[in-house]
Amino acid sequence: MKMEHIYLDHAATTPLHPKVLESMLPIYQKVFGNPSSIHYFGREARKLVDDARENIAKAIGAKPNEIVFTSGGTEADNTAIIGTAMAMKAKGNHIITSKIEHHAVLHTCQYLETQGFEVTYLDVDEKGRIQLDEFQQAIREDTILVTVMYGNNEVGTIQPIREMAQILEEHSALFHTDAVQAFGVKKVEVQALGVDLMSMVAHKINGPKGVGFLYVKEGTPFSPYQHGGEQERKRRAGTHNVPGIVGLEKALVLAAENRDENDSHYRRLQTIILQYLEEQHIDFSVNGDVKDCLSHILNLYFPGIKVEPFLTALDLGGVAVSSGSACTAGSVEPSHVLSAMYGKEAEQAKSSIRISFGLYNTEEQVTQAAKIIAQTVKRML
Amino acid sequence: MIYLDNSATTPPYPEVLETYRIVSERFFANPSSIHRLGGKSEDLLNKSRQQAADLLGVKENEVIFTSGGTEGNNFAIKGAALKYRHRGQHLITTRVEHPASRNAFEQLEALGFEVTYLEVDENGRISVDDFKEALREDTLLVSIIHVNNELGTIQPVKEIGKLLKSKPKTLFHVDHVQGLAKVPLNFKESGIDLCTVSGHKIHGPKGTGILYVREGVSLEPLLAGGGQEFAQRSGTENLPAIAGMVKALRITMEKSQKGIAQLESLNAKIREALESHPLVTIHSNAQESAPHILNATVKGIRAEVLIHALEEEEIYISTKSACSSKDTGASEILLACHIPEAVAKQAIRISMSFENTEAEINTFIAAFKKKVGELEKVREA
Repeated sequence: MKMEHIYLDHAATTPLHPKVLESMLPIYQKVFGNPSSIHYFGREARKLVDDARENIAKAIGAKPNEIVFTSGGTEADNTAIIGTAMAMKAKGNHIITSKIEHHAVLHTCQYLETQGFEVTYLDVDEKGRIQLDEFQQAIREDTILVTVMYGNNEVGTIQPIREMAQILEEHSALFHTDAVQAFGVKKVEVQALGVDLMSMVAHKINGPKGVGFLYVKEGTPFSPYQHGGEQERKRRAGTHNVPGIVGLEKALVLAAENRDENDSHYRRLQTIILQYLEEQHIDFSVNGDVKDCLSHILNLYFPGIKVEPFLTALDLGGVAVSSGSACTAGSVEPSHVLSAMYGKEAEQAKSSIRISFGLYNTEEQVTQAAKIIAQTVKRML
Repeated sequence: MIYLDNSATTPPYPEVLETYRIVSERFFANPSSIHRLGGKSEDLLNKSRQQAADLLGVKENEVIFTSGGTEGNNFAIKGAALKYRHRGQHLITTRVEHPASRNAFEQLEALGFEVTYLEVDENGRISVDDFKEALREDTLLVSIIHVNNELGTIQPVKEIGKLLKSKPKTLFHVDHVQGLAKVPLNFKESGIDLCTVSGHKIHGPKGTGILYVREGVSLEPLLAGGGQEFAQRSGTENLPAIAGMVKALRITMEKSQKGIAQLESLNAKIREALESHPLVTIHSNAQESAPHILNATVKGIRAEVLIHALEEEEIYISTKSACSSKDTGASEILLACHIPEAVAKQAIRISMSFENTEAEINTFIAAFKKKVGELEKVREA
């Protein structure tokens, strides 16, 4: 990446940390075995997977046998939701989620609706937050699963996961949270959160693509989703992606080590942009809640700006940001998250950009980006 | 070190690692992001897909990147059955499938599908006549492993494909994970609608694979989300690994012709040595098997003991499939071939790749004879 191109789209994906790559390459070369093989190469590979599992479990306050490795966040979400829905079918068919989930959750819930499940999609307030009383009212006798994300990928709003878990304490419904955006800036511990299932992915925290995990609390009813060999205690078949798993472990360790520092760094970067735009008298507002959000995500609304030409202009100016989630596969549809926050026809959904910080972003870079954003807005209005 | 467990997994080519490293560094952006960096990643993804399509003799829009063979088989089988269940409830497969297929069928049986499991002869081969008899008006899917992962048996995939050409409503899936490049298969001429291949069996990275989905066929997605891979398979693309796999595919395909001839000669060499040994029974049929897999039992010597003895000489072979090697029972595949349980339990598998040399095989044969001789003495003593 040339220095003049400023990458501020870390919520879409992040560059691989050099130390992570360094941890993976020797494994490709020397410990390439299949962990299910009984010979030396298999045993060495197995040991790496076991160690990674233990360290990852430790990092989120779980037990090693509660970690199920997957091919990423999408698989973890799909597996969590369908795996528990199918296992809990006898108890009921009601699922609660929110309107601002990632599509890996939303589309899975929509799929389950076609299979006879009933899904409640909770509204959010203007900050993008679920109301606990609405949640409480939505819970029914036959509710079997609640799936709500920890921190939103477009606006960064953090949901009251712990409080929701407390509400669910006396209820048999399982609780899943998609925490893929959170780990780099928030200490995410499953015990403290009180969830039964949690999705995590490596490539959002400078780990390799194609690997993630699902935390499944011991004793949680769960029917496997990908069938085959007996890997992952029969919960997820498929030859282990050993280098990927080691890379995931390394990325998690690095993220945890640098978490507090990064969190305050990103908050400074947020302030730099907000202050600069104010100084330049740019008409804008923040989507979400600057006080209680994932600090690496900043979503801004610029009234009267058309987002598509805006993004193109910024890109040509050397700033890579996005309009919303990248995972809507290239489309620039109005964001479902902003629509849920402000209403279907809201201008915010058509005139907002997401800035997301990460490794290598310096104060100088972000100051430069703020200048380019301000210039572009002035030019376009 | 002599590695003869290539059916479990293979070491990646150095060129593949180089590709992985370069793409991780220079093309880290999310291909779905609309900025220039995302565009660069998308271009590389498209280029990789085009190259893979050319190498497999299919069209670009028929290549779906997956997380590996297990996902490919699960996706093809469950995705087709669930999508086309209005056509019928009947499915045909064989008794000798990889667990990734077998267990997917068991799951479908639980959902109310009717499955015919074709029996095999003592060489592990199904009969085309049995297949003809099993085929019904309401058969919606036929799924067959091309090259068996334990025995190397080649199934009459081409004949079956030909028969199915007059049945446009019956889909044909082939598990080509073991056969790729070693037992050439023309997907188009063989009437195949769906075909699974895996990256790590051809010296590519783990966590990669391709499912060929013929134009005009669409599957019920297993992974819902952002709509990547033609809305068939969601999840952020693992671009470094995809590019690495395509590199491995190119190298393997280039080596294919010469490599097959070499494997045939190495296979004959091992076969000759083993056949003349009084204690050895070879289970892989000489005429109908892939050149890289040889399955045999040494009478009176436990498979694990022999494997560990060879390990002392840094020679690595395996028992049965790595994906089920943790359970200690006899291989279900060998039992399906009517091999007595006591014999099946002690079976070993030697599996080669294009990288194995004649010198290695000579060393293996000498070590094998030596170790068997020693173990026999121990047994008699």
